[in-house]
Amino acid sequence: MRSFTYERAASPAEAAAAAARQAKAKFIAGGTNLLDLMKLEIETPGHLIDVNGLNLDTIEPTPEGGLRIGALVRNTDLAADPRIRRDYGVLSRALLAGASGQLRNRATTAGNLLQRTRCPYFYDTAQPCNKRKPGSGCSAIGGFSRHLAVMGTSEACIATNPSDMAVAMRVLDAAIETVKPDGAARTIPIAEFHRLPGETPHVENALEQGELITAVTLPKPAGGRHIYRKVRDRASYAFALVSVAAVIGRHGEGRFAVGGIAPKPWRMQAAEAELPRGAKAASAALLAGAKTTHDNAFKLSLVERTLGAVLHEARG
Amino acid sequence: MRFDTPATTNPIDQLKVIGQPTDRIDGPLKTTGLARYAYEQHDVVANQAYGYPVGATIAKGRITAMDLAAARRAPGVLTIVTAENAGKLVKGNFNTAKLLGGPEIEHYHQAIAVVVAETFEQARAAAALIAVDYAEEAGSFDLAAARDSAEKPEASDFGGPPDTSVGDFAGAFASAHARLDQTYTTPDQAHAMMEPHATLAAWEGDKLTLWTSNQMIAWGKADVARTLGIGKDKVRLISPFVGGGFGSKLFVRADALLAALGARASGRPVKVALPRPYTFNNTTHRPATIQRIRIGASAEGRITAIGHEGWSGDLPGGAPETAVNQTRLIYAGENRMTATRLAVLHLPEGNAMRAPGEAPGMMALELAMDEMAETLGLDPIAFRTLNETEVDPENPKRPFSQRQLVECYRIGAERFGWDRRRPHPRQVREGRWLVGMGMAAGFRNNLLATSGARVRLGEDGMVTVETDMTDIGTGTYTIVAQTAAEMMGVPLESVIVRLGDSSFPVSAGSGGQWGANNSTAGVYAACVKLREAVAQRLGFNSSDTVFAEGEVRSGNRSVPLAQAAASGALTGEDSIEYGDLAKTHQQSTFAAHFVEVGVDAFTAEVRVRRMLAVCAAGRILNPKSARSQVIGAMTMGVGAALMEELAVDKRRGFFVNHDLAGYEVPVHADIPHQEVVFLDEADPMSSPMKAKGVGELGICGVGAAVANAIYNASGTRVRHYPITLDKLIGGLPENV
Repeated sequence: MRSFTYERAASPAEAAAAAARQAKAKFIAGGTNLLDLMKLEIETPGHLIDVNGLNLDTIEPTPEGGLRIGALVRNTDLAADPRIRRDYGVLSRALLAGASGQLRNRATTAGNLLQRTRCPYFYDTAQPCNKRKPGSGCSAIGGFSRHLAVMGTSEACIATNPSDMAVAMRVLDAAIETVKPDGAARTIPIAEFHRLPGETPHVENALEQGELITAVTLPKPAGGRHIYRKVRDRASYAFALVSVAAVIGRHGEGRFAVGGIAPKPWRMQAAEAELPRGAKAASAALLAGAKTTHDNAFKLSLVERTLGAVLHEARG
Repeated sequence: MRFDTPATTNPIDQLKVIGQPTDRIDGPLKTTGLARYAYEQHDVVANQAYGYPVGATIAKGRITAMDLAAARRAPGVLTIVTAENAGKLVKGNFNTAKLLGGPEIEHYHQAIAVVVAETFEQARAAAALIAVDYAEEAGSFDLAAARDSAEKPEASDFGGPPDTSVGDFAGAFASAHARLDQTYTTPDQAHAMMEPHATLAAWEGDKLTLWTSNQMIAWGKADVARTLGIGKDKVRLISPFVGGGFGSKLFVRADALLAALGARASGRPVKVALPRPYTFNNTTHRPATIQRIRIGASAEGRITAIGHEGWSGDLPGGAPETAVNQTRLIYAGENRMTATRLAVLHLPEGNAMRAPGEAPGMMALELAMDEMAETLGLDPIAFRTLNETEVDPENPKRPFSQRQLVECYRIGAERFGWDRRRPHPRQVREGRWLVGMGMAAGFRNNLLATSGARVRLGEDGMVTVETDMTDIGTGTYTIVAQTAAEMMGVPLESVIVRLGDSSFPVSAGSGGQWGANNSTAGVYAACVKLREAVAQRLGFNSSDTVFAEGEVRSGNRSVPLAQAAASGALTGEDSIEYGDLAKTHQQSTFAAHFVEVGVDAFTAEVRVRRMLAVCAAGRILNPKSARSQVIGAMTMGVGAALMEELAVDKRRGFFVNHDLAGYEVPVHADIPHQEVVFLDEADPMSSPMKAKGVGELGICGVGAAVANAIYNASGTRVRHYPITLDKLIGGLPENV
């Protein structure tokens, strides 16, 4: 771990301004991902701005009938909130499918959105990785890639986004509220929040330097059956090979997003249009243009079959 | 004490303390954090500094340049030790690669330096500043590709001969009514113990003390002395608590050497723990295997030919994974062969992991037996029972000391409800789950090794046992205390047990499931000596003296035991030494493993639903700690069956998933109801304790039982472990 300086921010705008003043500044909230990465020198911030005291830890109704979730609401509290459990069940289920009780007690809503890939080559600083060290190459291509992406990849990176929460938020059409260093606020639809790697896999989201997430908003409840199905090699405490977040209506119509297969939660309108025709048709539309490796080609049939399980559950 | 005739009745047979399901006596220390592990020995010496290792980032080649300047200048740094300034070091007898590499690099994450600083954080930060240039060389990293280049290894004590042959295997196999010829693979696996390798080293003049985490104190002491070129009398190892070893801590590893070198160079006590990623590539692992099994049988199901060939790889000078050994002993059959071959691989060194040989060997053999039973149209238990043997099949004049394997099958089948199993696969569906049952035999040899102890009766009447035996989480403290209490006729509370110190008598140590029987037999021998001393001091005739309820009794006389030490403590010290009973009789342990699994009809996720092990393993010294050993081993067997695999990067030669997020082992949610049954046995050939091992028996066969249950549930036969869902998904029913 490199040495760093540390400050506690007094307000979201001040935090953003402080972060903009130093190129190597990072916000820290729960620290469940950042601290691990700092110990391994995958992240080497020179300055940490602690945002835990910013009072962004409440869940409030919005005038549109939805909810505004403060950036610092802990995963445990979000999953247990009665309004979330009643109206956004897919989100509660996704949260509880992730990490462990101890980690969820610390991890925050904004931090969860910003967690970094679990690609094993990203985690070994001796190995080339374009995400960790731009221009050094991608070790995962041609290497051990069982957990890695089949959609949205590039020649530079095939990492996946490991979040469960983000997959549910994607299917719920969440939006991310931020404040910039100049104090200006903006709202970023979750569909536009995570970036595909292209030639710059180290750029993972739409945030500008210093820009701070203050909340995530959910639109008014969509109804339907809320299902989150996470498939992994062991029963708990593992990242998804494939996960499906779905909100399914009475006639099999609805929406779904898939985790574990791409650098961001993967959702396509064309695939949702196929949902009433079943899992095979919907997953074929979703996975058109997939680029697999020897290790991860199974994910194509796993997506179809997991979606099949979800539709079966929705009917039951 | 020489043990060369079968045990007769002795004080252990009273079973007042031994054989009781006693809570572990070190439990309160562990649950309150008072049990000090190596890295937590904060108080034993003052002025401790911290060492942080630097590992090579190539698999094979040479260091061409190493820039230490920035690290030396970093805050708090006291010294940096590399091969260049470490002085002469000799490789330990138990190590294949050097513990401190450079300039030649033998494997990924081989230690090439240790940075010593005032604080852990300073040492770690400075270690990251060391810049190393390498000349990387091509290596061999792919067992399947290297298989044809594999050679016949040398015979070894543990591994046996590389080739065995009885009768005419080829002829009998060719003419058999039914034949199986299949190839199975098991992957590289990691011990993944909770406590990483860790050592605190302190020099006092030319004497070195290592507080470390080690299973085999005497081996470690000898190798430390050899490596540093100092006398064995100058080295002391202290390892009172070990947070899991599973074979990974049979030998001293880089943490011990780096701490010793760092302490010598800095003039300060130095502690070093291996960072988690280094526990995968810096230390040893269970090597991957390729196994070919051929079985020929008559129409009624008698095995006429059985052959087992195994291939594995290791660094030059290394040893094979001896996966074929159980096949020499477990089933009858007149014509038999085994062969073990070893390829050169430049991956980190392979070595023992819980039940080396048998664990991967039984994963293949017991899967093959299930396949063969199906081919013959026989129930898997019926097929095994038909081919039961009471003698060493290679040498029919040599019986097993005890063998109740068929009884294990019978009791297991009854308790598990085996009669509800459908012989044909994919017949049971419960909701989304395809449900199936599988079974396998469990088999692991019982090994005998000299073991010593010293027992002292203090003036206060307390009995203190000292031996360099280790407790690696197995319950050694407790069974040693139970043994001494039984022998001396005192309650458990009157016994103090001190373990894991090389200044104590040399024991068998912990490995190969030999620890419990041998170490307690050594305590038995020492207690016999102490009983004699007590009787002599009290003027009793030692032959008819009874030790019970805190008293020593002979004829009409009865004296409190403590009185014998009133004029000064008495000590008994001895070792158990074995004669030829293991040669005249084959000593093994047996089990029947039963598993029920569900396979998700949509996603092919496998979930174990219930497990049963019925074990025949001699006298069970403490049913509670023995059960813990077996359920832990069963859990590890589930891991091997379903998820554990060190992923090899075949381009760069290292294990990629080198942390506990990437190397998955079972979590609580994976392990449902587990039941363990021990047959009521006492094996007079094993030792005066009449006990054998259970800690490795518990894993042997479990993986195959899971695999066989998966086949019964899903109809897909997977011969390549681990059985992850990608290997099953293609064989599932069409999606709904």
